Amino acid sequence: MSTPVIVKPSIWSRLPLIRELKQSVGWQRGMLIAGLVIIAIFLLTAIFAEWLAPFGYSQLSDENGTFGAQLPPGGAHLLGTTVGGYDVFSRVIWGAQTAALVIIIAVMLSVFAGVILGLVSGYFGGWLDRVLVVVADAVYAFPSLLLAIVMSIVISGGRSGLFTGLMAAAISITVVFIPQYFRVIRSETVRMKAEAFVESAKVIGASNARVMFRHVLRNSTRTLPLILTLNASEAILTLAGLGFLGFGIEPTAAAEWGFDLNKSISDVAAGIWWTSIFPGTAIVLVVLGITLVGESLNDLADPRLRTRHRALTSGAGQTDVDELEENL
Amino acid sequence: MMTSTAVSEVPDSEAPSDQKARSKGSGGNLGRYIIIRLLLIIPTVFILVSMVFLLMHLIGDPITAALGGRLPPDQLAERIHAAGYDRPIFIQYFEYLGQLVTGNFGTTLTTNQQISDIVFEKGAATLELAFYGLIVAFIVGIPLGMLAAYLRDRWPDAMLRVLAILFYATPVFFAGLLLKLVFSVWLKVLPVNGRASPRTELNLQFLDHPTNIYLIDAFRTGNPADIADVLTHAILPGLALGLLTAGIFLRLVRLNVIGTLGQDYVDAARSRGVGEFRLVRKHAYKPALVPIITVIGLQIALLLGGAVLTETTFEWKGLGFTLVEFIKARDFVAVQGIVVFLAVVVAVTNFVVDIIAALIDPRVRY
Repeated sequence: MSTPVIVKPSIWSRLPLIRELKQSVGWQRGMLIAGLVIIAIFLLTAIFAEWLAPFGYSQLSDENGTFGAQLPPGGAHLLGTTVGGYDVFSRVIWGAQTAALVIIIAVMLSVFAGVILGLVSGYFGGWLDRVLVVVADAVYAFPSLLLAIVMSIVISGGRSGLFTGLMAAAISITVVFIPQYFRVIRSETVRMKAEAFVESAKVIGASNARVMFRHVLRNSTRTLPLILTLNASEAILTLAGLGFLGFGIEPTAAAEWGFDLNKSISDVAAGIWWTSIFPGTAIVLVVLGITLVGESLNDLADPRLRTRHRALTSGAGQTDVDELEENL
Repeated sequence: MMTSTAVSEVPDSEAPSDQKARSKGSGGNLGRYIIIRLLLIIPTVFILVSMVFLLMHLIGDPITAALGGRLPPDQLAERIHAAGYDRPIFIQYFEYLGQLVTGNFGTTLTTNQQISDIVFEKGAATLELAFYGLIVAFIVGIPLGMLAAYLRDRWPDAMLRVLAILFYATPVFFAGLLLKLVFSVWLKVLPVNGRASPRTELNLQFLDHPTNIYLIDAFRTGNPADIADVLTHAILPGLALGLLTAGIFLRLVRLNVIGTLGQDYVDAARSRGVGEFRLVRKHAYKPALVPIITVIGLQIALLLGGAVLTETTFEWKGLGFTLVEFIKARDFVAVQGIVVFLAVVVAVTNFVVDIIAALIDPRVRY
């Protein structure tokens, strides 16, 4: 892992993503850029939802009276209205905000918990390590949606307002993801523990905490960005799945795409297409964007999969060719 | 009693297998591997059961959850006492474990049915759906994955990869709604909902000992109209569930075939003048399938989660559909029973998949 870098490239070109962007060629670069653009649009929509959406997420009427239910797209309602009389376009926009919030909370919580557990478990070993590994494996093998359902029953008792709904969804997703971070960080920690620089730090008399966080953790986070992107897309799908099964956030508390899709099941049979296609497409686009970035990063980290530069452009800056064994 | 076996099992089973691998290198005893792997199911199931039990009991007793507010407090307390939910939690826990060992999953609160009966009746429907999904995944995912590997880094490869990501990125319920919209509502060629039309369902009811796997039952009636009816109802749910997994298979086959194409023996074949297409089909394909078989084990969990969503989309009355109904009725005894059953199913399938992988590839038997 300790790759001797002789000539350090500039800081700019060593930044994550920028480095990968420079490394990529052809289709791979196209996929990476497309993914980044989609994510940027998604985040901007989430941040500026208040200004972008013509109506509020729970708004049923304006100065011209109530909107009316199941209006086809066009006129004042660009994408029509739902069976409940909400504006579809506004709810799609507001939904981005809910999705972004849940992903950020869920991913941050699970990274935090997973990294700490993995680090402690891998570093100290012993019976705690064995128990945690078995528990993590058991949870990992279990259908994540079912686990999320059980968690959301526990957290919100099946009912949800805005904050409790958001937190219930986020924590339910967190529990599902912790084992993944745990496994990766633990195995890296076990590997790092045997390295000479860790031993020398111990010889100098560094405390366990210092060795763990300063020496081991810093060198174990190589694969995190990859899992992070994969998890972010899974988080959206889990949130939408929960919403679709009726664990979503109430429509008066926030807009949630999965919940809207659930309400559109009966519309579909009647040929009303606009209530399902728009929120559904929003989910697909966001997951697509995040997955495109994740896949590209994965390919670029693996020399066997990287599309090769022509001879003259390759060379410098490609010193780290250690294999990324992604456990599928 | 179960606790002690569960905890002591893990280190015991790991140590000898490690030693073996070190002393003898690869190879190893298949029978021994099967036994060790079988014993490892116990802690997995035990942990999941305990977790689900404890989590479900964090929210209080199931009777208050289901009937709270609908019964006067004294009657409620009486029913809680009669069901034993006022006892200490660990007594209830050990009692539940004891029941599970004898195959008793309890009785539902709202409908007063044996949960094991529900599980076997509805489980058959879910099994059938998962089977259709897997078939679609194999038919779509594996050939396209090989094609993508063969055309690596050219535009069809890029298109296929985006297609795979699209399959994965589309939630099964949205895929289901889209398919419904196109084929049932606009083209009117396939049924919207359900596992069969009412007439066929009636015909199937009259069989003695129905398996509740409609395809088998339909063949037993011998009526071509029934078979056709069951199959047309299966197409859309099967596609919705299968395409999700197909995307993952496509990606995996592509990755693994590309990996094996870089191996020495493939280079050797290439240098003897074997064509690139034949290399993919004859040389790189089979070794690339081994990791896929192991990954199928994890797909089972995804497939079950997907089945819950697909069943809700298509009103396919399987375990997932039933589970959601019980959640809505706040019958948490039934929810717990079904979730625990699914945990056992997942653990056992993973075991079977591991054994198959070990049979195919001796290196797996560490």
